[in-house]
Amino acid sequence: MRSFEYVSPTTKAQAVSLLAGNWGQTEVFAGGTDLLALMKDDVLAPKRLVNIKQIKDLQGVTYNAQGLRVGALTNLGELADDANVKKNYPALAEALIEAASPQIRNMATLGGNLCQRPRCWYFRNGFGLLPKDETGKELIIEGDNRYHAILANDGPAKFVSPSTIAPVLIAYAAKIRLEGPKGKRELPLEKFYVVPKTETEREHDLQPNEIVTEVVVPPATDAKAAHYEIRQKEAFDWPLAVAAVALRMNGSNVQSARVVMGYVAPVPWISMEAEQALSSQNISEDTAQRAAAAALRNAKALSHNSYKVQLARVAVKRALLKAASGGAA
Amino acid sequence: MRDDDPNQNEKVDERSGVSRRDFLKISSISVAVPLVTGPKVVFAAGEQVPVHGPGKVPMEFTINGKKHKADLEPRVTLLDALRDEFDLTGAKRVCDRAECGACTVLMDNKAVYACSVLAIEAQGRQIATVESLMQGDKLHPVQQAFVDNDASQCGFCTPGFVVACKAFLDKHPNPTPEDIRRGLSGNLCRCGTYHGIQLAIAQLAQKGA
Repeated sequence: MRSFEYVSPTTKAQAVSLLAGNWGQTEVFAGGTDLLALMKDDVLAPKRLVNIKQIKDLQGVTYNAQGLRVGALTNLGELADDANVKKNYPALAEALIEAASPQIRNMATLGGNLCQRPRCWYFRNGFGLLPKDETGKELIIEGDNRYHAILANDGPAKFVSPSTIAPVLIAYAAKIRLEGPKGKRELPLEKFYVVPKTETEREHDLQPNEIVTEVVVPPATDAKAAHYEIRQKEAFDWPLAVAAVALRMNGSNVQSARVVMGYVAPVPWISMEAEQALSSQNISEDTAQRAAAAALRNAKALSHNSYKVQLARVAVKRALLKAASGGAA
Repeated sequence: MRDDDPNQNEKVDERSGVSRRDFLKISSISVAVPLVTGPKVVFAAGEQVPVHGPGKVPMEFTINGKKHKADLEPRVTLLDALRDEFDLTGAKRVCDRAECGACTVLMDNKAVYACSVLAIEAQGRQIATVESLMQGDKLHPVQQAFVDNDASQCGFCTPGFVVACKAFLDKHPNPTPEDIRRGLSGNLCRCGTYHGIQLAIAQLAQKGA
């Protein structure tokens, strides 16, 4: 790891002013479980780490009639154990438990999970987010792309969005709050994820001197939600496909649905096609199957990942059936 | 490569390019306040914030109930500080990437990967390593259960596994097999002693250890 200077601001305003206005100079340091690995591998080499863990405003979980508010520094473990989360957002609680090993959950923060960098092995080995060879040819097209995107992969970005918690939060209509030198802003969480078109861009709508301050989730006691991951290893592994769904029912029929897939595209992928396919339907093996087929209708596999199309279909179908049969619990 | 490898330090100087002063000039709002003596500070949002490093910083730790002092760079991990500065070599450096669990220690009674905690942020926290578990000549119940159930083979993952098991049992005194699989998923054993470890946990759970 290269050397850096270390500062621990105690307010959000201090943190923002200690961050540089361009990428590469400074990094926000929270749980550190992803950042330190990237620095050890020399993928990132900031001159300054801004440790935000002393900022009290970024802590805490509250739940009231407006819903859930989670400070960005909340540990994944703490949040998974929160009684309100377990009771009112069971699919989120499940995603949090599945997200990482106990040691990581004791350190990793929600803000950091949402901001973690892609697990693409080209990126992690220093070839950049949009890896190319010296002639400008995209490396992933003919390379080992077994874990890469099957949707929205026609641009230079072929990595998959790494957070397993983002899809379920998006299904619950969560918003993310940011603070930077120009003040505060709030985005629907799905808008926080962008597909970079050049190597100088990142995959988040986050300025280099902005910090994630909190995540808010509207009440969801009227929703049937579920989260489903397909992994090679049962516990503590990066998934091959993730699906998160939230259904609002009118009697036995779907009034509105949100279907979000993870690990299929450079961003958490909302499937309008699946949502339309479910409209006014009751959830059965057959309708879940059709919605899953619709969700992957536009999938385009790369040379080594066509298996992911079927896995993603199965994830969507099983998430729908799980939600309809009572959700995550 | 070790973090304190002199060759790497040289490379850093050569390649980082931007001096601290240059960096402070380019960072948007912060203004450098060059002080002749005392701690370095920058002004951030109208207040002074101390800057530590990139050189060595005096640090103080509480490890296994004892105070330890060392001058370390901010980039030194808790794991490297334990092993290289304080001769506490129970926590092992294997993957160094928060995956294998061989470096598991307790920080304020929670299991963490010491490879992924910076020493500088471990100050003021209660750190406990596997060395703290034995009382005199007597093994800790978790250690004894590992012996009784043949739960270690080459033994390299064992110290981390023992600490992870202790933290797991403190939180789940009566675990189900599913709890065990999930609760110990942060530690890997390449010899494949998982079955013995499950038996060790089961033995302890019955005893209520």
